[in-house]
Amino acid sequence: MFIFRTGLSCAMACAYLGGAIGADPGLGHDATEAEISAMDISVPPSGAGLPAGGGTAKEGETVYAAKCASCHGAGGQGKPADRLTGGIGTLASKQPVKTVNSFWPYATTLFDYIRRAMPFNAPMSLTNDQVYAVTAYILAQDNIFGSGERLDATTLPNVKMPNRDGFVDRSAIR
Amino acid sequence: MDRKPDSSSAALDGAGRVAANGLIDRRVFLMRGMAAAGAAATGASAAGWTAAARAADSIGQNALPWQKTPGAPFRPYGQPSGFAETVQRGVLQPYGDLAPGAGVSLTPLHALQGTITPSGLHFERHHNGVPAIDPSRHALTIHGLVNRPLRFDLGALSRYPMLSRICFIECSGNSFFNSFPEPQQKPCGMIHGLVSCSEWTGVPLAVLLDEAGTQANARWILAEGADAAAMSRSIPLDKAMNDAFVALYQNGEPVRPEQGYPLRLVVPGYEGSMNVKWLHRIKLTEGPTHTKDETSKYTDSLPDGKAEQFTFVMAVKSVITHPAVGMSMQGKGFYEISGLAWSGAGKVKRVEVSADGGQTWGVAHLQEPVLDKSLTRFAMAWQWDGRPVQLQSRATDDKGRVQITRKDWVAQYAPGQRYHYSAIQTWAISEEGGISNVYL
Repeated sequence: MFIFRTGLSCAMACAYLGGAIGADPGLGHDATEAEISAMDISVPPSGAGLPAGGGTAKEGETVYAAKCASCHGAGGQGKPADRLTGGIGTLASKQPVKTVNSFWPYATTLFDYIRRAMPFNAPMSLTNDQVYAVTAYILAQDNIFGSGERLDATTLPNVKMPNRDGFVDRSAIR
Repeated sequence: MDRKPDSSSAALDGAGRVAANGLIDRRVFLMRGMAAAGAAATGASAAGWTAAARAADSIGQNALPWQKTPGAPFRPYGQPSGFAETVQRGVLQPYGDLAPGAGVSLTPLHALQGTITPSGLHFERHHNGVPAIDPSRHALTIHGLVNRPLRFDLGALSRYPMLSRICFIECSGNSFFNSFPEPQQKPCGMIHGLVSCSEWTGVPLAVLLDEAGTQANARWILAEGADAAAMSRSIPLDKAMNDAFVALYQNGEPVRPEQGYPLRLVVPGYEGSMNVKWLHRIKLTEGPTHTKDETSKYTDSLPDGKAEQFTFVMAVKSVITHPAVGMSMQGKGFYEISGLAWSGAGKVKRVEVSADGGQTWGVAHLQEPVLDKSLTRFAMAWQWDGRPVQLQSRATDDKGRVQITRKDWVAQYAPGQRYHYSAIQTWAISEEGGISNVYL
């Protein structure tokens, strides 16, 4: 199987390069749609790739209490782990309070991070509905998202975080 | 004391002095030193050892225990001497038992010499521990804006032409202790040891991306690890195509688990977390993904409340590792001041050393080879007269960037800023020989 697939890839690589048989190893296997969709978990600000499903802050309250509160405190107020809520308007002060709601520029990042890495002791264990719901719950603590609204692939990318315009892109500096 | 204007390096005088408080040109001293040491050794040999040997019935009477019994046999993998077992990384776990795999361990810079960090002492930064990856179930998938999504298993990757490159990796949180309002009295390595340097060997990422065929609108890649944090970072495609590579080997052996076994992305000169460990996925995208670790973390807060994002290139920086906090002076007299310098933008061009808190500077010797985006060892001979001094080093790179003072660094950022600390370090040495971290 290994040899067959390698040979196939070589043949396709040669076809792609216009038939030239050069020094290129061409040893990659074609990745299937199924392989890619199983691992393509990243969600950019556009929301591309967000899964089906959804949830409300009210549903998220239950998830938060069961999965998050022991580390992030009641209402996302922090301790023993990072504070998630509050601090809006403090960034230019002498004591900036950086939280998800005060600092993060995109709500898609919150969904992405919870889904891939939380809870810390059981990453990737939440259902997509639970991730939507608990994301909605955190945002609702600071009224960034309505407590009765349903967060899903359509509404999530439209959430405007308070610090959306707070970043200066330095990627052109090399 | 001769006072020279700041930023100028004094010329050699007759005694080889290059700056105040005993800094001496290294070449002059070493030439004299070698002659003197040679004479002393000859004298000791004639008077001491030969007389004792002549009087003894067996030369074994004058030998040490390990000279008189067969040594230990072979072992499949070597370990440091038991007498060097204190040369260890320091570990910081900010969340304690709650998240023992989140935190750092730091290279003990003050206990090492040279420029290559032993693999077992390379700093660690994990966001949720070290995964135990079975290489037979691991592959690198390249997808997104490519003509042919591809999957490279380790067998395939190991057949590609490989390059080896010596380069440093520095966590952008390195030296964060010095961003605290009060100087922290911790060993040099605990403050500055989130930088390490290895020879990495692997496959140029450009070769793999070319094989997949990048589409015209692709501008960024997202690189993701297979750890429990699924750590991911966005990297500009031009950098990925220029000099990034997928490392399978570190210092000649398979990459250590805590450094990304079986695959680590190496992005020379860019902040540490972009050198994604346990690499299993690269997605080509139009824009950055804005992951947690390039928005919430690893961004640089400014006094006006804004934050700089995607500050990739590590600053020009240096630190004196000998002497430094973590060791004590052994009385006045000769020492070699030695340390490490680096720049994410290129090569170290010059390192200056001061023994009077930055009032006069002498140019340090740079150990060859000086490599691009690599640790460079500098050295300066020093006769300590036993009076209090303040040692500093200041690096300049080949792009003309000069290491800044702590005052200037602090002024750039908001209170609580911890990333990208690159300022000049001051070690104060007291009359008693105690070494401390001070802010000037």
